Amino acid sequence: MILQLEKRPQASPLLSVLSPLLALLLTAAAGLIMFAILGKAPFSALYTYFIEPLTDPWMREQILVKATPLILIAVGLSICFRSSNWNIGAEGQYLMGGLFGAMLPVYFYELQSSLLLPAMLLMGMLGGALYAFVPAILKARFNTNEILSSLMLVYVAQQLVDWVVRGPWRDPGGFGFPGTRSFNESATLPKLWQYGDAHWGAVLAIVSALIMWFVLSKTLQGFKVTVIGTSPRAGRFAGFSAGRLTVVAFLVSGALAGLAGIGEVAGSVGKLDDKLSLGYGFSAIIVAFLGRLNPLGIVAAGLVLALSYIGGEAAQISLGISDRATRVFQGLLLFFVLACDTLIHYKISLTGLRQQKSQGAAG
Amino acid sequence: MEVWVSILLSICAASTPLLLAATGELVVERSGVLNLGVEGMMIIGAVTAFSVAQASGSVYGGAGAAIFAGAAFSLLFAFLTLTLVANQVATGLALTILGLGLSGMIGESFVGLPGLKLDAVAIPGLSGLPVVGPFFNQDPLFYTSIVLVVAVAWFLFQTKAGLTLRAVGDSHDSAHALGINVIAVRYFAIMFGGACAGLAGAYLSLVVVPQWTEGMTAGRGWIALALVVFASWRPWRVLLGAYLFGAITIAQFHAQATDASEFSHLPQWLFAIIAWATSLPAQFLTSLPYLATIVVLVLIAGNRRLTMINTPASLGKSFVPDR
Amino acid sequence: MKRLLASLLTASALALTATAAVAEEQDKTKACFIYIGPTGDFGWTYQHDQGRKSVEEAFGDKVETAYLENVPESAEAQRPIEGFARAGCDIIFTTSFNYMDPTNKAAKKFPDVKFEHATGYKRESPNVSTYSSKFYQGRYVQGQIAARMSQTGVAGYIASFPIPEVIRGINSFILGAQSINPDFKLKVVWVSTWFDPPKEADAAKALIDQGVDILTQHTDSTAPMQVAAERDIKAFGQASDMIKFGPETQLTSIIDEWGPYYVERVGAVMNGTWEQHDVWHGMAEGNVVMAPYTNMPDDVAKMAEETAAKIKSGEFEPFTGPIKKQDGTDWLKEGEVADLGTLLGMNFYVAGVDDKLPQ
Repeated sequence: MILQLEKRPQASPLLSVLSPLLALLLTAAAGLIMFAILGKAPFSALYTYFIEPLTDPWMREQILVKATPLILIAVGLSICFRSSNWNIGAEGQYLMGGLFGAMLPVYFYELQSSLLLPAMLLMGMLGGALYAFVPAILKARFNTNEILSSLMLVYVAQQLVDWVVRGPWRDPGGFGFPGTRSFNESATLPKLWQYGDAHWGAVLAIVSALIMWFVLSKTLQGFKVTVIGTSPRAGRFAGFSAGRLTVVAFLVSGALAGLAGIGEVAGSVGKLDDKLSLGYGFSAIIVAFLGRLNPLGIVAAGLVLALSYIGGEAAQISLGISDRATRVFQGLLLFFVLACDTLIHYKISLTGLRQQKSQGAAG
Repeated sequence: MEVWVSILLSICAASTPLLLAATGELVVERSGVLNLGVEGMMIIGAVTAFSVAQASGSVYGGAGAAIFAGAAFSLLFAFLTLTLVANQVATGLALTILGLGLSGMIGESFVGLPGLKLDAVAIPGLSGLPVVGPFFNQDPLFYTSIVLVVAVAWFLFQTKAGLTLRAVGDSHDSAHALGINVIAVRYFAIMFGGACAGLAGAYLSLVVVPQWTEGMTAGRGWIALALVVFASWRPWRVLLGAYLFGAITIAQFHAQATDASEFSHLPQWLFAIIAWATSLPAQFLTSLPYLATIVVLVLIAGNRRLTMINTPASLGKSFVPDR
Repeated sequence: MKRLLASLLTASALALTATAAVAEEQDKTKACFIYIGPTGDFGWTYQHDQGRKSVEEAFGDKVETAYLENVPESAEAQRPIEGFARAGCDIIFTTSFNYMDPTNKAAKKFPDVKFEHATGYKRESPNVSTYSSKFYQGRYVQGQIAARMSQTGVAGYIASFPIPEVIRGINSFILGAQSINPDFKLKVVWVSTWFDPPKEADAAKALIDQGVDILTQHTDSTAPMQVAAERDIKAFGQASDMIKFGPETQLTSIIDEWGPYYVERVGAVMNGTWEQHDVWHGMAEGNVVMAPYTNMPDDVAKMAEETAAKIKSGEFEPFTGPIKKQDGTDWLKEGEVADLGTLLGMNFYVAGVDDKLPQ
């Protein structure tokens, strides 16, 4: 028996909605098996992971905090991926956003101005966008593979941030630990409510998702993105420039990743340190796919992934399930999402080996 | 042993895992598939090698199991991207995330145990030579890595099967029209890549540090990916790149432990260069290979002829046979 | 199938809420630990986890413990610490320097929970204590052993971050070594990590290639010990007894013995006598223990034992003058003992260290 795919004339709208849900269910099922193997009560473990965090207001807030950068980055990635621009260097753009944004409070430490924070956010977006511009222009001009160039730039950004926080920007009173001085209040993103942890970055994330949703689904520009993404040839006939779109998509995506970066720096951490890179740029790729590259879906997907982090910690505290389980979950989730997506565009059937036989196999 | 010989041997040890993984990935990419899951397959190889060696008492058993585990793990990627035509970038990433988590779970009970080490094997005749002798008294995986490069270079450019593989990578549609089973070729290529990454992982947990620790690949899988591009998909250049990178890694520590004044007897211009190099931030050296890779990417992409010769044109694109 | 799964999930959810309610009624003291590395690092975190196990042993049913591993030393640590406080922990041990700010922040929010922060100095509310160990006392003994055992007169030191604790160790080591051999040299390599076995191994190889024949480390993995064993030189273990990884290599190891302190503090919470303090225990209190002196001649072992005994009894303190700083200026006069403040914030090398302190 062999699997055979048959392309559907149109993407199945029903399955577009069902496939992420099916993926979630499959992940849950796989999780049950995994917990059983680990010798934990499967259902209560799953409950601790995915339901308990939702019952507690504090944990809900933590989910929001964790989801903020994921959503921001993934929303930006949606325009890239929809237009077949494989920007997988969002982690680097996120870091450069943090670095550029932190420049102001580092060099003008005493500055107290209501303009400081907006300026930092703009700098962050600028940093991310500039960094994304590199693979974009390389692709548009030289036809350079953007997957590889954007990925390489992640490592360069990591080294750059590492150097500034250990070298020129290091807090003189920090006992040699890497990191800048803690920012003044005027350089810190305000919290959404008193004594809370959620900051205004969450609002920015939701707003940017809404704007992106509007642009992509309601405007001609958004239509161009989809046309060029699905068929560059058709796009060319329609007079759309793929090169320009590449640059625009990367710039938008980079700016949002940069915003996520400075949002973390100014909102959660309060300084630039060597622990800024926590892999959000890569996790956001999961989020983008889980959200089916739809900005509104991405908001939901970001919250789901954040839930798996927070739930993972809860499970570690109350059940002693190690944090590796969280990563296995995330990997499985992405696998199932990708596998289920096939259903949207293809009909799957099983055929006998006989028909499938073809010549010229080589190794 | 001369100091520089022993430094070169350290460089060999730092470069070999990169070389193994990168050579495997090169074959995968030559077939037109981009598997970003090298890190994941590598760490699965590392934990398998260690645990099987512990359980069976045989390091060779461990290394063999790592090859098998790497190939088996890569099948997951192959099934998704080839059979289910899933996006290669995302699937490769999923493979890495899953591999890191899964290896941590598998290895939990092996943490903190001293492992078995794959011992050096002297090559009769050669290992007794003056000066170069020590290079022929290394672990078997080192020899394997070199042989692998030769074999892959020969396979790709001197055999019919290699030609078929490159044809698939250059244009899967034309290859398909010629009656080549594109999917089958790619399945084999991906599994070969997985096997090599698994062996690279085994090198870390059986040779570099005979122990299991979580996340011990520490980004080496990603470096391997960079190397393939840096080498513009040429086996011999992968060898060069891997050793260049290994040398930089080791040089960082020597730069720290060396007092520049020890070189004051050298000609002044040389001394000035050494003093300058040792004063550079380590982060700069570390990011050099990545920057170099981007430059190479631009160079090969900017030169149409070079691009035509080397870059697999179908790289990263999904293939669905029309029926 | 889907419906079945969903209903099963709800059913088990209900069951779980019920059991959780029962569990809360029992009055156990809950002690919780935040770790920087995996419990199996066989170094720093491993020893803290041994301490946690001693607490379980000492109090049995009356205590419940929990831990979180691999918690990054950043603002990300805030959530797990608070999570513990919310999960009903009565006392929380945060076991790495950079948990300092998150610990103090959480302490303000949860005045009823006791916080114990290792190796830090900030105690911003009355429910935060700090504790540390005088590991440097052991480094002095190691330095003396190194000077007696080394053929080349050069030892290698794999260092993590230039924080006072690490700098104290390096200084104490060189003072010990030069008390035996005034020409003894020390090569230092900074690896900028607490735990990365292949990187530590590479650093160890580089040092050995540079001519050191004794290796010591202030990082947490056993990789340097294994490299030393392979290259047939001697080495000192770190944080735990690493003799398994170098049966013919380890000279001794500084063992961090946290158990007695953890038992004491959890006990204090139980009987309501817990009070804020800042302690810096050492050999005298049993917090710093030397692993058996192995792979060395008897007279060297005897010398080491004598020095350790003197430090333990308080007869001798490693940082006793005359000591010059690396730049040649005087630091301590003849017979003068370093004050606690200077040691806690130590940010300079003493004379004799052959390295430039990263700034």
